[in-house]
Order: sequence, then structure tokens, then C-alpha cells
Amino acid sequence: MDLENQTRIKDLTEKYGNENFIVVIGGAEAEASGLTAETVSTGDPTFAGPLSGVSLGLKAYHVFELKEQVDPDVYEEQISMMEMVLEVDEIIKEVKTYRK
Amino acid sequence: MLKGKKVAILGDRDGIPGPAIEECIKSAGADVVFSTTECFV
Amino acid sequence: MFVNSLPFSTFRGDDIMNYPVVKGAAYALIQANDMLVHHGTTQTSERRKNIDSEHLQNLPKHLRSFEAAVAYPPNQVYIGNIPPDELKNYENSVQGASRDGKYGEIMPEDEFIALLKIVDVFDLVILEEQFQFEVKGKIADHPVLQKLKNLDKLEKQPSSFEQVQKLVDDHLAQPLYFKAKLVGCVKKAHDFDQALSDHVMLENLVSKASAAFALQLLLMKTDLQAEDVEYIIECSEEACGDMNQRGGGNFAKAIGKMCGCVNATGSDTRSFCAGPAHALIEAAALAQSGIYRNIVVLAGGSATKLGMNSKDHVKKGLPALEDMLGAFAIHIDENDGLNLVIRTDGVGRHKIGSGSSPQAVMTAIVANPLDKMGYKITEIDRYSAELQNPEITEPAGAGDVPLSNYKMIAALGVKRGDFEKGELAKVVAGFGMPGFAPTQGTSLQGFHLLVMQGK
Repeated sequence: MDLENQTRIKDLTEKYGNENFIVVIGGAEAEASGLTAETVSTGDPTFAGPLSGVSLGLKAYHVFELKEQVDPDVYEEQISMMEMVLEVDEIIKEVKTYRK
Repeated sequence: MLKGKKVAILGDRDGIPGPAIEECIKSAGADVVFSTTECFV
Repeated sequence: MFVNSLPFSTFRGDDIMNYPVVKGAAYALIQANDMLVHHGTTQTSERRKNIDSEHLQNLPKHLRSFEAAVAYPPNQVYIGNIPPDELKNYENSVQGASRDGKYGEIMPEDEFIALLKIVDVFDLVILEEQFQFEVKGKIADHPVLQKLKNLDKLEKQPSSFEQVQKLVDDHLAQPLYFKAKLVGCVKKAHDFDQALSDHVMLENLVSKASAAFALQLLLMKTDLQAEDVEYIIECSEEACGDMNQRGGGNFAKAIGKMCGCVNATGSDTRSFCAGPAHALIEAAALAQSGIYRNIVVLAGGSATKLGMNSKDHVKKGLPALEDMLGAFAIHIDENDGLNLVIRTDGVGRHKIGSGSSPQAVMTAIVANPLDKMGYKITEIDRYSAELQNPEITEPAGAGDVPLSNYKMIAALGVKRGDFEKGELAKVVAGFGMPGFAPTQGTSLQGFHLLVMQGK
């Protein structure tokens, strides 16, 4: 996860807390998506950025997981095509594991 | 679940970019407080 | 933009002779291990945080030899020795691989450091005298480089090791290493102007030198004569200027001057990695309108992107695969009845208002121009998307970019009802090609297949 973005997320968590503030990601792959989800919940596992050893406890969702909650026409236009391109189930499975 | 939540979006150039996710989140009644698109190439 | 190699009788629309053609292309790769370690931003950022980090300690063990880089199949594809479609036949290194390519060449770092000095007109590049003497001989013997202007720069200002070390230690210059030895440096061009810092000077010289190499390869490997070039469009991702005009440009003419293009003018076009696509459209428009003949679109490589994903590569036990600077030069001209036609009636446009969902992007740049020309998605024989090498991008979590692009084009076809979802994989296998290019931003890979098929 980009280091500057780690700082932004950290600052936003200080402002909004971690109950009502969530992260939604659009990762191309399961592993990279999982890494982001882990970083914003238990800390940067690569110890590269400001979230190294910092546990924000944020819940991260991949946008694929939010299909039912999004306006169907909007989802159709913005996201649906990528269901044929990316490994949807694999990504969802990976990201879910970081939301205990 | 999304309605009324504050959301930070981390899009991916080779997955779903930020603005596309933003449209979805807004349509679900959440408040986008940060949106970006990362690139690894 | 679509390029045609269809016979005349199957062409739909206006007289094909109106359209401009791609007359030639050259592709250069420079192996730059020491620049990867010292100037790649993943490494410089790491050094700022923790100079003793595990990554910085492990990285040197993952650097490839020049021979290994030459024999690496994707690099052989890039310089035109193996067609992209045959990449699947190679598990390991190419036996008997040559640094010389049908459409380009792979250069080692010491020759490139010499090239930095040759293209430097402000005496910023200082080389240690023994190193300078040795590379001077190599350049003089090089069939392509020996024709460059300003070779006599390699006679000038040889310095002692101590002088070079002092410039680096006093933060007046960026170090240049070869095989982990300090062999030179690039000085800052102004006392305090940040646009003329030593970092910026190094990055810009790397871009200029690699582009000049690609242009010189184009002139040596094709029939294009330097004095016949009328316009050069440079489309890298760098900016040259000073604090009063930070990105004023003009890399294009500076590069052309190195190769003797005395009758050319030029300018720089910028749009990140989409720069070359815009530059090619501009070149095609200039050629078709008759404003200029013999237009060259070119771009050099990026020192900062070297080893960009090397943390993931090192962690997964791979070599640091992003050790290559990539540059290209493409020659566009009026129709000659022989070469690949550029269908300027089939140019897509990702409008400001198009939206940035993958579907919107693909519709704007693929579906809309095809509709205009009257073709279905499946009626195009080959698509050439961004062709980054998946061996580089997959370990870093970015996936297989070419494959994703092809799947997106095919998915668009499914959405439009051109074919059934179940046929997606088959369609992709039919019109796609594997990736092989370094993650160097603007190395325009797509023309490889076209140029090879055309020849």
C-alpha cells in the first residue's frame, strides 16, 4: 500500500474513529488486496510505512463484496465488466479474512 | 451497512479505479472522505 | 488507434493511400543494475528510512549478470529477435542470445555511463579517468554509437577517483557506479534551483541518452536518414527546465541533435504512460496532412523506475527483474504502399467526460472507434495493449496487465452481444499476446508484433 496513503488513512482514523469509518478497495488480485486489508486493520506487515506496527482496526471491503448495497445500475456501469476479468471469489475470500 | 458511513477508497489502476468505486459508494448513501488510485507499473 | 495490414480489396472506407504508415521502429534496452540500487526510488526511499534495511542488504544478491539479462526471453522479444507469440516456447534463457537485435540492442551499463557523458552538453557528467579511458575504446568500436555526435566529450575532464568521491560526499553530485565501484557522478546544475538538482539532471540525462541510443539504432537499422527527419516528438515522463519554467522541454530537439537530425524540429508530448499513444496520433496527423515528412516518435527510459517492485521480487526469491532501461523510436511517414497503415479514421478518445470505470475506458478507446469503422470487436485479428512482462508484475500484486486488458476488451464484446461469455477465454487467446516489456512507463511495446508481421 502506498506510503502516503497509509498516512492519510491513519490521519482519517484519528478524525473519524474506526466504528463508522471503513476502507473500500479495488485491488486487481487477491494477494495485493489482502495486503491492503491487513495494513489498515492490524498494521503494515511489510514494515515499510507509517502503519508499521500500528493497528487501526479498520474494516476493509473489496468493492466486489458490496454489490448488493450499491445501486444496480451504477454497479452495472462501473464494476460489472470487471467481474469477467478479475478473480472475484478469490479476492473476496482473501479480503474477508482480515475482518475478524 | 454503507449508508451514513465515512469511506476511504483505495482504487487500483489495474483493478477498479477510485472514481468508479466512488460512484458506487455514493449511490449506497455513504460519504466518501478520501479517494485515490494506486499504480504498480 | 488501429493499424492495418489488410489487403486493399478488404479495406472499407476511403482510399487507403491517404493514410500514413509506420515505416520502422527501434527498441533499446540498457541493463542498469547499479542505477537500480542507487537511483531507483524504491531503494532511495528505503535508504532515507533505514539505511541498514533488510531489503537493501539482500538486493545486491538478486542482481543479474549482463549475459543473463541478454538471454532473458522477454528482453530478446523487446529487441526484435523473438516474436511475442513465441515467448510461450521459452521456459528458461535463450541459448546463444545476442545483445544485437533485429530492431534494437541491449547495452551494458558501462557503455551507457559513457553515453551519459556524450549527451551531456553542460559538463555535469564527471567520469573517473581510468573508467573513461576504457569505455572510450568500447564506444569507438561500437558500430551504432561510433556515429553519434560529440564523441569527443570522452576526451574531456577525466577526473581522479578522489575528485569524484568528494563531489558525491559534498552532496554536489549523484554517484554513478559500475559493478558496485564508483566510476563517476552527475553534478547539480545550479546552487539552489531544485529543478536543476543533481537528481533531476541524472534522470533527464538518462532519458536523453537512452532515447538518443534508440534513435541512432533506428537510423542504423532502417533506411531512414538523419537529415530526412523533419519532426521529432519526444514522449517520456520527464521534465526539463529550471525554476522559472520547470517543464519547458524540448528533449526532442536535443536528442535529434545528438544523432545529426539537422533538418528536424520537434517538441515534447506528455501524458504519463499514455504519452506514446498521443504522440503517435499527433505524428500520424502531421504525416497525413502533409505538414511534415519523416516524423519520429521516441522516448527514453526511467532511472527512477528501476527496481520499482524489487522488494517483492527479492522477497519471493526472484532476480531484480526491473534492471532494464527501455527506450524506443518509431518512424511515421506518408503512405508508401508498402508499410503498415495507420487507420486515422479509427482513433479512440477517452474524453474528460467519459468516466474512468474500465468499461467506460474500453468503450471510449476500443468500441467507439470500431463502431465508427464498422468493425465488430471479434473482427480485429490482434490487439496490442500495454505489454508489461507479467513475471515482473504478478509477484508485485498487479496481475498480468496484458491479459487483463485483453479480458476487458473481450468482456466488452460480451456486454455488446458480439459473443457469449463462455467463449471469452477462447477469444482472448485468439487476439491477445503475452507481455514482455519492462515497467518503464512509456516503452511502447505494441508495435513489435505489427512491425514483425509487416516485415
